[in-house]
Amino acid sequence: MMIQGRAVPIEGSDIDTDRMVPARFLKELTFERMGDYLFYDVRFEPNGGQKAHPLNHPQFQGASIMVVGANFGCGSSREHAAQAVKRAGFKAVVGISFSEIFSGNCQSIGVPVMTASPESIQALSRFIHDHPSASLVIDLQSMTLTYESVTTTITMPASRRDAFLSQSWDGLALLESNHAKTQALADRLPYGPIQIRSTS
Amino acid sequence: MSSGTLYDKVWDAHRVTTLPNGQDQLFIGLHLVHEVTSPQAFAALRELGKPVAYPQRTIATMDHIIPTVSQSRPFPDSQAEAMAQALEKNTADFGIQFLNSPQSNQGIVHVVGPEMGLTQPGMTIACGDSHTSTHGALGSLAFGIGSTEVHHVLQTQTLAANRLKVKRIVISGELGRGVYPKDVILRIIQQLGVAAGLGYAYEYAGSVVDAMGIEGRLTLCNMSIEGGARIGYVNPDEVTLHYLKGRPFSPTGEAWDRAVLYWQTIRSDANATYDATVDVSGGEIEPMVTWGITPAQSVGVTQRLPMIGELPDTQQSVAKDAYGYMNFKEGTPILGTKIDVAFMGSCTNSRLSDLEIAASVLRHQRVHPSVRAMVVPGSYWVKAQAEAAGLHEVFLAAGAEWREPGCSMCLAMNPDRLVGNEVCASTSNRNFMGRQGSPTGRTLLMSPAMVAAAAVAGRVVDCREYVS
Repeated sequence: MMIQGRAVPIEGSDIDTDRMVPARFLKELTFERMGDYLFYDVRFEPNGGQKAHPLNHPQFQGASIMVVGANFGCGSSREHAAQAVKRAGFKAVVGISFSEIFSGNCQSIGVPVMTASPESIQALSRFIHDHPSASLVIDLQSMTLTYESVTTTITMPASRRDAFLSQSWDGLALLESNHAKTQALADRLPYGPIQIRSTS
Repeated sequence: MSSGTLYDKVWDAHRVTTLPNGQDQLFIGLHLVHEVTSPQAFAALRELGKPVAYPQRTIATMDHIIPTVSQSRPFPDSQAEAMAQALEKNTADFGIQFLNSPQSNQGIVHVVGPEMGLTQPGMTIACGDSHTSTHGALGSLAFGIGSTEVHHVLQTQTLAANRLKVKRIVISGELGRGVYPKDVILRIIQQLGVAAGLGYAYEYAGSVVDAMGIEGRLTLCNMSIEGGARIGYVNPDEVTLHYLKGRPFSPTGEAWDRAVLYWQTIRSDANATYDATVDVSGGEIEPMVTWGITPAQSVGVTQRLPMIGELPDTQQSVAKDAYGYMNFKEGTPILGTKIDVAFMGSCTNSRLSDLEIAASVLRHQRVHPSVRAMVVPGSYWVKAQAEAAGLHEVFLAAGAEWREPGCSMCLAMNPDRLVGNEVCASTSNRNFMGRQGSPTGRTLLMSPAMVAAAAVAGRVVDCREYVS
């Protein structure tokens, strides 16, 4: 599986999902418009004017790979953050480290999230700053990221890589196919379903 | 790899199979549902024409979007009303019990689950909310998940999951006067950092945890996710049994005896092996206050804010971001920092014991005239118990507002929010930029005693001067 495209660097560590999609946008019943809200309060003034944010820079428009720092996507489990990344046109995220829930949410919706060493990410961010129109190539088979003459090693959990390589990242059908085993496990669990009781 | 821990045993007891990609398929014993992260999942079920596989292992309540001044319907916010109606329709159509009234104990899902006895040792629990880690306080493995995974659990009652490593955090000694579980977890996160838990479940142990009540353990486990750990837990003990006995959904009679036998088998073995162990000295913990934009950016109340140049390299850029956002100065004492709002509530600190502590500080005191103070119980039961004990009269006499239960100002999906760059002393769990509803609002996380004392003084003070 290859992903090719231009990239945008989002610098800083510990960027939380509240910053990625402020909570007020979670009152929408669907994910449809989440792409419009990505990083909203750090991208826009209350009056709608643009702030200095990489996603607002003309040279990064059309980027499809996001390059981020450490502990990206920490905090709230809101899938809205992963949905916003996908719906804003990103096909992959590469960073130093990611929150478990965010990277799991990305897997569930088919956006691979990969890590690389802090030095590699720093070098990559610098390169993108200097060459915003350059194209990167991510190869999940060889687990490499290539730009110009540089080839960087990237990592992701083996199970996740397998899921993407076999196009089975949406695991629902597989989970459902094991319904007999699931029922057998439910039957031997030492505890039962919720007892419906009067609680008044 | 860990072995013989509660994590290993409960995981193994719920493993349906190992999937071709190496992930385990885990059975989820209890699925808790709320209004914000479930409508997308129910819509997906409808689209596929599928039922909920195990409706009797699923239960719902409403907490994030409900107003706390009045909960009469329809809600003034049409989006909130639409969310409420969606959950009503979804639970009715799919046969799911919905705790949606004062009588049925509507409230914050992580308050309601434990207090009703839904949350039990040795269970796997999932909920579309990162603070699901809270439920580990009773010895369950509780997974915060996204909406697609909520859909998976609704349709199959299972999750595909990677096994985590287990880090044992031993908190030794005993806590000083005026130091609470909230201070313990803030100190742990300060010491280890917000990313130390990535890839780990945290097992909390040691004399401080042994001596802690269940409500304190809930606070501790609640903020595991703030340290990067998706799961936190405490081994069940006598305190756990005592807490669970007689709760509405707790087993009774012979079923109770059988349950206790199971709960005893899932405790971590004395010779269990861990992937990592960390020691924290309980006696050295002070009342803690956050000053920045991550829960690790905190100091003891007698300390000064850090100099950026003296921090480890990896913390400097976030510290710079934090000072820029908070408009605080390096090297100043945290004591004396002026506050505008005092918020007591959230899934971290809205239980009866939290309110008792806050009330003990506010009794015969007045909230400072420049401070807006609100107390928001975690559930209708907490509210009723607090009122039976007369706590609401203490809050009202002090000039604080006494509200209906909900998530309230923790995350500002409801009318409770900061305005402009207000500074809020808050018992909640996140001090992220904009978290409390104003894009420039500022949050100082602290214990209920510290927030109550700050409410009285109008600035950050040492709660030990206010508690007996």
